[in-house]
Amino acid sequence: MDQKIRVIVAKPGLDGHDRGAKVVARAFRDAGFEVIYTGLRQTPEQIVNAALQEDADVVGLSVLSGAHMTLCPRITELMKKERLDDVLVVVGGIIPDQDIPKLKESGVSAVFQPGASTEDIITYIRQNVRKK
Amino acid sequence: MAKDVSDPTKKAVERSESFTTVSGVPVERLYTPEHIRDLNYDEDLGDPGKPPYTRGIYPEMYRSRLWTMRQFSGFGTAADTNARFHYLLNHGQTGLSVAFHLPTLMGYDSDHPMSKGEIGKCGVAIDSLADMETLFRGIPLDEISTSMTTNAPAAILWSMYLAVAEQQGVDWKKLRGTIQNDILKEYIAQKTYIFPPKPSMKLIVDTFEFGAQYVPQWNTISISGYHIREAGSTALQELAFTLYDGIEYIDWSRRAGLDIDDFAPRLSFFFNAHNDLFEEIAKYRAARKVWYKVMTERFHSKNPRSAVLRFHTQTAGCSLTAQQPYNNIVRVAIQALAAVLGGTQSLHTNSLDETLALPTEHAARIALRTQQIIAHETGVTNTVDPFAGSYFLERLTLDMEKGCWEYFDRLDALGGMVAAIEKGFPQREIHDASYKYQKAVERKEKIIVGVNEFVMEDEPPIEILLIDESVAGRQIEQLERLRQTRDNGRVRTTLEDLRRAATANNVNMMPGILECVRAYATLGEICDVLREVYGVYEEPAF
Repeated sequence: MDQKIRVIVAKPGLDGHDRGAKVVARAFRDAGFEVIYTGLRQTPEQIVNAALQEDADVVGLSVLSGAHMTLCPRITELMKKERLDDVLVVVGGIIPDQDIPKLKESGVSAVFQPGASTEDIITYIRQNVRKK
Repeated sequence: MAKDVSDPTKKAVERSESFTTVSGVPVERLYTPEHIRDLNYDEDLGDPGKPPYTRGIYPEMYRSRLWTMRQFSGFGTAADTNARFHYLLNHGQTGLSVAFHLPTLMGYDSDHPMSKGEIGKCGVAIDSLADMETLFRGIPLDEISTSMTTNAPAAILWSMYLAVAEQQGVDWKKLRGTIQNDILKEYIAQKTYIFPPKPSMKLIVDTFEFGAQYVPQWNTISISGYHIREAGSTALQELAFTLYDGIEYIDWSRRAGLDIDDFAPRLSFFFNAHNDLFEEIAKYRAARKVWYKVMTERFHSKNPRSAVLRFHTQTAGCSLTAQQPYNNIVRVAIQALAAVLGGTQSLHTNSLDETLALPTEHAARIALRTQQIIAHETGVTNTVDPFAGSYFLERLTLDMEKGCWEYFDRLDALGGMVAAIEKGFPQREIHDASYKYQKAVERKEKIIVGVNEFVMEDEPPIEILLIDESVAGRQIEQLERLRQTRDNGRVRTTLEDLRRAATANNVNMMPGILECVRAYATLGEICDVLREVYGVYEEPAF
């Protein structure tokens, strides 16, 4: 069958709340995805670089610090520059409703707010990933 | 099937094959005197105010003085947060608690590239003594107690507070408050660390020593289980890892030559209040008992105050839901009730909009009112430790204690907490528990109202507090002005003195940090010096 879906799970920003990122990363592994977890406090440049190096199909960002409106659009902008247009970007964390349209405009495909189930995230990725 | 009341041997079918606490601990159908046959009143409980303090640390508890209502707050600039402080004090809050923004917690100034997008978002932006002066404008520091949630740069922010007290003409001996200053739980759970364990522990021991001598009413640490629980631990893991962190701080302090009875009375604790009412009450009761035994039996403390566990509680942010957020008021009320029934010394109740943003004034007021309703309307404060003697609660309390000793044995075998952290032990235990819980929620073995059951489509949005980017502009402008107007020669000299002290590694760092702060060196500049000497911590991969 087709290759495994490769996902970068990354935490941009200064907060260290990695419970969500790690639970989601583990659920991805259990679902058969290849997961690369970048660790904490990664700059947009480091994350995009990881996506390039690892030939990722999906970049999953977790932000709980409130800095998502600065960091996520910066990451999608850098990804466009690197011609990573076919990589799916999903975001999770403390993201208020009113920010979601702006994030989507900037190139984020989906936003998962508190309470989202790992099953829903996995299903979304399977249905929307643009496998090379 | 309806229960046949005429035949007592026939039981109704139960709703579930097994019943467990929110932490996954099995709970039996009925608890009877048989379950607490091993309970000895004097040894296991004792009257309130008497060892082992299971029932509370004071004989009268809330009959003499209510807990301190201390709402954690901070956002935007120091001026913004100063206004919120005045608002809360005007509404009957009895203590202050400062939330700093992430750049401050990570030792970066507001104009550092890593601070981009973070300024004033998760707390108040404090770059230097000038900001701290604004933060406490119009608040007499001898009349209020202040808690500051800061860990890696705790010694620096505490020095700023001490410098503000000097300016107000307040004797340090009159200051009351707490710095969190608990780096171990940062490595374990919240991950807001800067330096490696060894120099971090030295800075903490230095604050113990300095506080015991010059600021005797100050709690120089708040050993915290809150963040361990928020990271997904069970109630038992929260308790065991937190108390063992306390053991580790004592070990390091004693190795540095401190006398246990000089600093142990100023150790304070901080626990979470989650949804499972009885499990939480048992946790607080067991905490006091285990700590009493640790201090008297493991460390042979002589001062009775060394063996008394005092704690702050915050309701569980991780239990709140973004869905149907008004339901959170009810969750917070029940969690706060657990903390009060467990004998807390101070309490923060979360706001209903916690999962969406920092609280609005309206949401923060409801949270404070929740405490006031428990204190003044419910009657639970009229008698001390009212649930004592409950077969169920006493069994839970005994089991919680037993579980603690088992974890302590494992941590001893690993060579203590720093060694255990380097091996990833507590981190793995917590991650496994959080994953198990998530799976239980997704299988609907645990119901969360509004999330996996009783779901509503098309909920109306609620008003939330937005921190706009103009805060960042104003903060950076103030910082630039400071760098231009201060005596930069004095800044350089004090920073160089601090570098020498850090390199020598045999002097208390507090006096040197105070000198830098008084010269208006910024938090980032001071942390840069320490980063250069101490290095930075990288989490081990596991």
